[in-house]
Amino acid sequence: MEHTHNQHSAEVQPRDPAKVKQILKVTLYLAILTAIEFVLAFTMGRGYLLTSIFVLLTFVKTFLIVGEFMHLKHEVKVLIWAIILPSMFIMWLILAMLMESNHMFEAIINIFGK
Amino acid sequence: MATAVINENENKALWAGGVEPLKASYGKLMMWFFLLSDALTFSGLLVSYGFARYAHNAYTGVIDDFKASIAYWPVPEKVFTHIPFFHIDAPLVFVGLMTFILILSSVTMVLAVEAGHRNDKKDVQKWMLWTVLGGIAFLSCQAWEWIIFITGSTDGLIVNDPDGTVRHIFGANLIQNEYGPRMFADLFFVITGFHGTHVLSGVIINIFVFYNVAFGTYERLGSYEMVEKVGLYWHFIDLVWVFVFTFYYLV
Repeated sequence: MEHTHNQHSAEVQPRDPAKVKQILKVTLYLAILTAIEFVLAFTMGRGYLLTSIFVLLTFVKTFLIVGEFMHLKHEVKVLIWAIILPSMFIMWLILAMLMESNHMFEAIINIFGK
Repeated sequence: MATAVINENENKALWAGGVEPLKASYGKLMMWFFLLSDALTFSGLLVSYGFARYAHNAYTGVIDDFKASIAYWPVPEKVFTHIPFFHIDAPLVFVGLMTFILILSSVTMVLAVEAGHRNDKKDVQKWMLWTVLGGIAFLSCQAWEWIIFITGSTDGLIVNDPDGTVRHIFGANLIQNEYGPRMFADLFFVITGFHGTHVLSGVIINIFVFYNVAFGTYERLGSYEMVEKVGLYWHFIDLVWVFVFTFYYLV
């Protein structure tokens, strides 16, 4: 029987309650943030302030998911920057395009009228 | 001076091959860079949504008096008001539920990865199964929402075209839309559809991984790293939904 036993198979380790607790904590944060967004959508008037709050909360949620769930926070520094830096360019791309779209809309109204 | 030389040698050895300078395997790194490129694709969709939204008039009246019209962009909370089995006005409740389901399936995925680190086959199997079920539940919810969106309300919307014809529209498709401008429905189908396709492929991949866990493939390999890789993909899908939820349904 001994030769069929695979030498690579590692021992099963017991559960680490601290790790599970950390995961559940992040889950709780995500749930609370989503609930806050939900409540704000109905209680606050629409405008730049509400949109900014939504964007901010979305970034906090992104930080929790990417940092804890995808484990990026605990990776090597070079890997963290290899992901964060291009992401920052993507964020800028979105922002720049949205600003551009505002100008486009104004230009269309100025040229064709509405 | 001496220490500088030693560091240089160490650096050369670090990047000369045979070791993992980023302390992550090739497969995991490539998954990260694939996700970056996928983020670019979704950004393109998000930008087109912004463009379309700015190109239409915003609704300026009181939100409670909102009535659908093709003249202005709709308020999403007045469009997605349905929940299954109850005929009541429940704005965004169903979408909130879908978000919750996807976040929970993300959590079960983290637990599967954590169990994989401990080589605990039984736990990995259990949490992978829950993740698959969460994904299927999300897809079912989305299918239901699409059906409601496509079927439309009983009253429909009467549109007077500039050329004098009067159309009575029920529901939304890629050509016409009773809830607002045509672009609103088009982008709804494209964005949630593209995300849904990601979820579908994620569920299929998760089923394969679950199968491999159950039949002991990773136990024989001695590493549950594949669970980690599909975990990254699954969390990314969850993350994209967080953005879709904010920018499509809330803002």
